[in-house]
Amino acid sequence: MAHSAVPVTARWPDAASAVLVLVLTLGTLGAVAWRAEWDAGLASADWAAIRFTVLQALLSALLSVLLAIPVARALARRRFWGRQLLITLLGAPFLLPVIVAVLGLLAIFGRAGLLNDVLASLGIAPISIFGLHGVVLAHVFFNMPLAVRFILQGWLSIPAERFRLAASLNAPIWRLLEWPMLRAVVPSTFLVIFLLCLTSFAVALTMGGGPRATTVELAIYQAVRFDFDLGRAALLACIQFVLCVLGAALAWRVTGNDPVGTGLDRVVQRWDLARPAVDYCVIVLAAIFLLLPLAMIVLRGLPEVLNMPVMVWAAALRSVFVALGSAALCICMALALALRGGLMVSVVGVMPLAASGLVVGTGAFLLVFPFIRPADVALLVTILVNATLALPFALRSLAPAVAQIKQDYGRLALSLGIAKTSWVRLVILPRIRRPLGFSAGLAAALSMGDLGVIALFAGQSEETLPLAMYRLMGAYRMGSAAGAALLLVALSFALFWICDRWGRTDADM
Amino acid sequence: MKPTTYLPAVAGLALCATGAMAETPVLQVMTYDSFVSEWGPGPAVEAAFEAECACDLQFVGTGDGAALLARLQLEGPRTDADIVLGLDTNLTAAARETGLFAPHGVEADLDLPIAWTDAEFLPFDWGYFAFVGNAGAEAPASLQALADSDTKIVIQDPRSSTPGLGLLMWVKTAYGDEAPALWADLSDNIVTVTSGWSEAYGMFLEGEADAVLSYTTSPAYHLIAEEDDSKVAWAFDEGHYMQVEVAGKVAGTDQPALADQFLAFMVSEGFQSVIPTTNWMYPAVTPAGGLPDGFETLITPDTSLLLSPQDASAMRDAALDEWRTALSQ
Repeated sequence: MAHSAVPVTARWPDAASAVLVLVLTLGTLGAVAWRAEWDAGLASADWAAIRFTVLQALLSALLSVLLAIPVARALARRRFWGRQLLITLLGAPFLLPVIVAVLGLLAIFGRAGLLNDVLASLGIAPISIFGLHGVVLAHVFFNMPLAVRFILQGWLSIPAERFRLAASLNAPIWRLLEWPMLRAVVPSTFLVIFLLCLTSFAVALTMGGGPRATTVELAIYQAVRFDFDLGRAALLACIQFVLCVLGAALAWRVTGNDPVGTGLDRVVQRWDLARPAVDYCVIVLAAIFLLLPLAMIVLRGLPEVLNMPVMVWAAALRSVFVALGSAALCICMALALALRGGLMVSVVGVMPLAASGLVVGTGAFLLVFPFIRPADVALLVTILVNATLALPFALRSLAPAVAQIKQDYGRLALSLGIAKTSWVRLVILPRIRRPLGFSAGLAAALSMGDLGVIALFAGQSEETLPLAMYRLMGAYRMGSAAGAALLLVALSFALFWICDRWGRTDADM
Repeated sequence: MKPTTYLPAVAGLALCATGAMAETPVLQVMTYDSFVSEWGPGPAVEAAFEAECACDLQFVGTGDGAALLARLQLEGPRTDADIVLGLDTNLTAAARETGLFAPHGVEADLDLPIAWTDAEFLPFDWGYFAFVGNAGAEAPASLQALADSDTKIVIQDPRSSTPGLGLLMWVKTAYGDEAPALWADLSDNIVTVTSGWSEAYGMFLEGEADAVLSYTTSPAYHLIAEEDDSKVAWAFDEGHYMQVEVAGKVAGTDQPALADQFLAFMVSEGFQSVIPTTNWMYPAVTPAGGLPDGFETLITPDTSLLLSPQDASAMRDAALDEWRTALSQ
């Protein structure tokens, strides 16, 4: 951007990234619309689906963020043994493939789950998890960890100097430091989760208990698979984008300007740490809610891991390759876009979230099919699409950090006449190591578990681990599938942990 | 092992490699995923056919049956597929409308509970939809009895799953205009509706419901592959709706002779004997050795229900609306 006082970096990386995002979101939508025979509009059932989709997404996002704030606050204020591991583990639900997470949740909250066992032993009537509350519960389970991470990052980015200053002045930390930080962080976190829930399909249907819980994404699925009405699919996908843009504009409006200035990256020392019991209670409750279903998945899969067919291991290897590829591509794109900054980048950065997985896959198929056998490019397309789909999270994590650095060091760097590569290498990169590691880990783990595009493109020899797991389930082999699910969780988590860990070395926290 | 590569960067090389093998004619069969999987019929069928055809039989897997049709519609006349295998009678009307299929020309003595006269689509296996529950539990004797009971079931969404669509047709065929009332009675039995068969079956095995919509042949899997006789299918008085899985020859195939040879092979011993314990369905032509041990324990419905493809296609949207309205109350 010409108007901000920072060294100018090369233009092409961010332009290329934006183009890729646009091709895979609007381009694929265009390809689907191009092939459509336009004769029908939306049915009344579609409007019901839109209403339900927005309602459940608003509730899920609201609850995820509200619950995440005390957890993030507690984690930011307390130091205890195993804190790092806990923070990393709490992120796990977000990385789970949908079906695995749903079965994990049902093992706790389902009809034959632990909770109802406990209730039964107390003589209380069993509760049913299916319904709007089930949809919201599942979405909170998935997305609250993400909200915790984003908000925790906000807390940790308040410089230690500010806290010292506030302490010496005996000033109210909440009003001066924490509230402005939340104003800056919460709206975009809310938006990301709202959009994630907006495109939910299997979770909403399964936990919602029936066709009441039809979402727009399911309506798109129906339009493509059941009616082969590409026009209606394209129309519904457009509605998702419109909702996305409205949400993004709203979030952008209410986002406060973080007034926090620069610091020397020191460890925060807090003195306002009375009543640790409340914080620890919050942490324990969150850990139980998020980790118990995970434990059930591990328990179920463990006896099966060694009995899995060999092809599962080959698929796992392929998935790791895809995950590393898309993580690398994703953080390059995110960095390029973050260095550019501005509203346009914010919009491009959330668009993949509003994209319908099925429309992206179908559109990409239509774009590729005339030229190449789809199976030949299955893994390449999967890498591109997954990198793009993970971009919003990476950007959400990197952009504020980069913007802050530009604000803090831009003028200094400019006055020193620092070269553009040195600006990135010496000033930016060392300071964004933590969000960079986090983003890479998240992108890798997300693409590990993705099933969207590969299912349309893959033949036998391009099978990824989630696809292998689904195919095992489809062939009655639920046991081996549970083993594959555990392997998937373990690998996703390991990739995330390694990257995230790298981001923290040399950091004090 | 086919000369495929995982590295997109050398995808070009793979194309060259495929070109170099062009002397062996390639027959491409587009089918659903579970047919191709390691435990599906795919590997055995491929080995048996390649032994007699001097060709390379390649399967392309594409999700489930409905995904298969959508994929074919997306590819249109440019498709490389020579055979499409795995559609069922709920999909054949739409498949026929694409105009992509040629008559199969096979005269076979089919062992189906119904007469088969379709010129374009040839069955390779069939089965009955049924609710599968645990042995020893109380088993309702009809759809109505199920609806009147407290039994909890998991079903699949007809918009995204073939069994789900099968149940929709089952209720419509058995109850006609009374179908909405039956769905209303059933709605409090339905724990949830899943997007696919796997989710529903998984939830049933985890104890989330007393029964799941599946096939009369599902208990055979548990019995034969796992030596577990704890799963039973419930026989219903109204009769059971059938699923007949078919294959068709793509009119624009560049291997018409091979495609014909494959369709003839499809209803022969080498293909049919593999079906029962890999696809867990009844073979379209009973193999010489009969059905595998364990299949004799399965329920055999007295009444087979099946709509013609035209009726199924004509009735589908109205039936879906009834279903959605009844379950959205």
